Amino acid sequence: MNGYAGNILRVNLTNRTHSITPLPQDLADNFLGGRGFVAKLMWDEIPPGADPFGPENKVIISPGPLTGVFLPGAGKLEFGAKSPATGGYGDSNVGGHISPEIKYAGFDAIIIEGIADEPVYLFIDDFNIEIRPAAELWGKGALESETLLKQDLGDEFQIATIGPAGENKVLFACISHDFGRQAGRTGIGAVMGSKNLKAIAVHGTKTIQLADPVATLEKGKEMFAACFEKPGFEEWTPQGTAGVTDWVNEIGAFPTRNFQTGYFPKHKDINGEALMRKIKVTDKACYSCPIPCGKYSRVKKAEYDIHVEGPEYETIALIGGNTEIDNIEDCAYANYILDELGLDSISGGNVVGFAMECFEKGIIKSEDISGRSLKFGSVEDFVWLSQEIAYRRGIGSVLADGVREAAKVFGQGSEKFAIHVKGVEWSGYEARYAPAMMLSYMTADVGAHHNRSWAITFDVATGRDKLEGKAQRVIELQHIRPLFDMLCLCRLQWVELGFELDWYPQIFKAVTGKELTWDDLLAFSERVWNLTRSYSLREIEGFGRSFDYPPARFMEEPIPDGPTAGKYMPKEVIDRLLDEYYKLRGWDNNGIPSAAQLKKVGLGFVESTIAPLRK
Amino acid sequence: MRLTTESSRCSGCKVCLTICALSHFQENNPKKGALKVEGKFPVPGVFEVTVCNQCGACADVCPVDAITEKDGVYILDRETCIGCMACVSACPLNVMIVHPAETAPIKCDNCGDCVRYCPREAILDADGIVKRIGR
Repeated sequence: MNGYAGNILRVNLTNRTHSITPLPQDLADNFLGGRGFVAKLMWDEIPPGADPFGPENKVIISPGPLTGVFLPGAGKLEFGAKSPATGGYGDSNVGGHISPEIKYAGFDAIIIEGIADEPVYLFIDDFNIEIRPAAELWGKGALESETLLKQDLGDEFQIATIGPAGENKVLFACISHDFGRQAGRTGIGAVMGSKNLKAIAVHGTKTIQLADPVATLEKGKEMFAACFEKPGFEEWTPQGTAGVTDWVNEIGAFPTRNFQTGYFPKHKDINGEALMRKIKVTDKACYSCPIPCGKYSRVKKAEYDIHVEGPEYETIALIGGNTEIDNIEDCAYANYILDELGLDSISGGNVVGFAMECFEKGIIKSEDISGRSLKFGSVEDFVWLSQEIAYRRGIGSVLADGVREAAKVFGQGSEKFAIHVKGVEWSGYEARYAPAMMLSYMTADVGAHHNRSWAITFDVATGRDKLEGKAQRVIELQHIRPLFDMLCLCRLQWVELGFELDWYPQIFKAVTGKELTWDDLLAFSERVWNLTRSYSLREIEGFGRSFDYPPARFMEEPIPDGPTAGKYMPKEVIDRLLDEYYKLRGWDNNGIPSAAQLKKVGLGFVESTIAPLRK
Repeated sequence: MRLTTESSRCSGCKVCLTICALSHFQENNPKKGALKVEGKFPVPGVFEVTVCNQCGACADVCPVDAITEKDGVYILDRETCIGCMACVSACPLNVMIVHPAETAPIKCDNCGDCVRYCPREAILDADGIVKRIGR
């Protein structure tokens, strides 16, 4: 099957068995790959009501039809599982080099089921598959584990690991790869931990079959040449995503003090310029990327000497602004601690910021934390609490379940500033004066993540008071960006260079032989968007509209200072955005897809499950 | 053209390996690329790219004269090669590449595609004739 490796690897950790079966043609024809495979296999294979930490949950891993091929940004991998954070659909993607390696080994999907009776890692060397003991790695950091596995197996193996946070089932534990890349969101690292699966090591030597190798080579050359011509090719790369820090502050959208405000006065001490000038060692690329966003850094101080990839923008926002750590060196250090512990740095910074505000307000008291303090701006406090969370010690055990669950325990109004949607913590854009970005966070299928629709530039370009057209644009973006996660390509060529989307169907044809327009491909993405919604409807009792609201802070509290001072988004505005969004999506007033909509997008098979949920 | 490298510019993307294999084998398989890119992580955190410098040590040890020189470039005739791999151990830079699906090792023929498409200009023509596309 052109573009595909042609096989699915299924591993049962309980029985310690595996099988290799041909990739079903209809799965490829209807769900493309990556996120599409994850969503469809989750719907089909994970029994309704499965415990996210039980043997019935599955970790599903999938590269896409364009992964590993000669074109810019072809190195993304999708991880999926029933999320312990949301209780519903969960996925997260990662760059680096492991996705192409899985295809070179011969697989379009890896399905991991069951629970091992002791710590293990999954060894894949082409079709040589082994479940190997990992007792010596258990308890070790994610970066350290990768180092040890590479020493043992050789540098040609690509490794994905979890840290102590995943072992201890922290609900925002990530999966780490390539010394600093993470599939961070929705707690899939914790699902790996629940299966006693410490790591996956992959090496492959096979060729990806192409419909037209000559045309692929020529089209790939044209695409790289086109990237080289873009002004951003030279300008954007030196700072990577960190380069956006100043702009986000200028528009008053920078998460600061647990999203109390949108402007951090010391942002120039943690921005891309500071990163580049003070700590960067090298640019570090994912497979086939001409504009590496990865900045590998070193900080050497009396207190520590660390190497870390980053911090990238999201980490700068959630550690730097959100916990007020006001220098790039300490941001990098906190980033390193989270990476080694195996905690998502977006949720990590968000949760620590939440705890710091709880301390500020007296909801967490000094006597609750052995007489110590928990103050904004303290990297010592940040590091201490991160370790308490990763090892589920004391108050860390409460916070390890994320801000939604912690606020239920703490009470005293803390739920109003628990900044999440659907149990997944909000990422790096304060959206009280950005309606399209707000709606993006509210309706993202994995909770408050920017990746499904990054609409803040659209808000600024089209007017931040204006509501018309915002829902439509969010929906368009929710099809475009997740389509990249189905093809398993990086979107940054498009986002940062303005690389034209028309290129992708051209190379898709050379690779797969299938003649599809970009709009045809977007239709696959709409199908999957409705499927992930349906999955959460199936799994979460009462799921629907009430799960699509932002925290009360954003609906009730005006931003106190900075460029967006006085702005907030009253509930009636939120409701108007949601009403329009549901209508355009073909969903009812409770956010449930109509039967006609399901049929239209090719999801007739979910109708019998969804029908009883409609009122 | 004489290949040379500036490893401090390399970001480890491996575009060079993929284009090399696709150009020469019509296969999308960077494991068949005739050069090496290695990352030194987590410490010190640098990449090292190694290319053939056409020194000819491979030709010196080939028992069947499968590697011959023309205009300063040593070309491996894959039909003549008997797969003894003597050249692999003789290569001082370790860039005679072995792949399990190939009986002959894989050798650089100085085509210059890695120079033209390295986004980072980490692989260069020391003579300055071949340049990255767009330069």
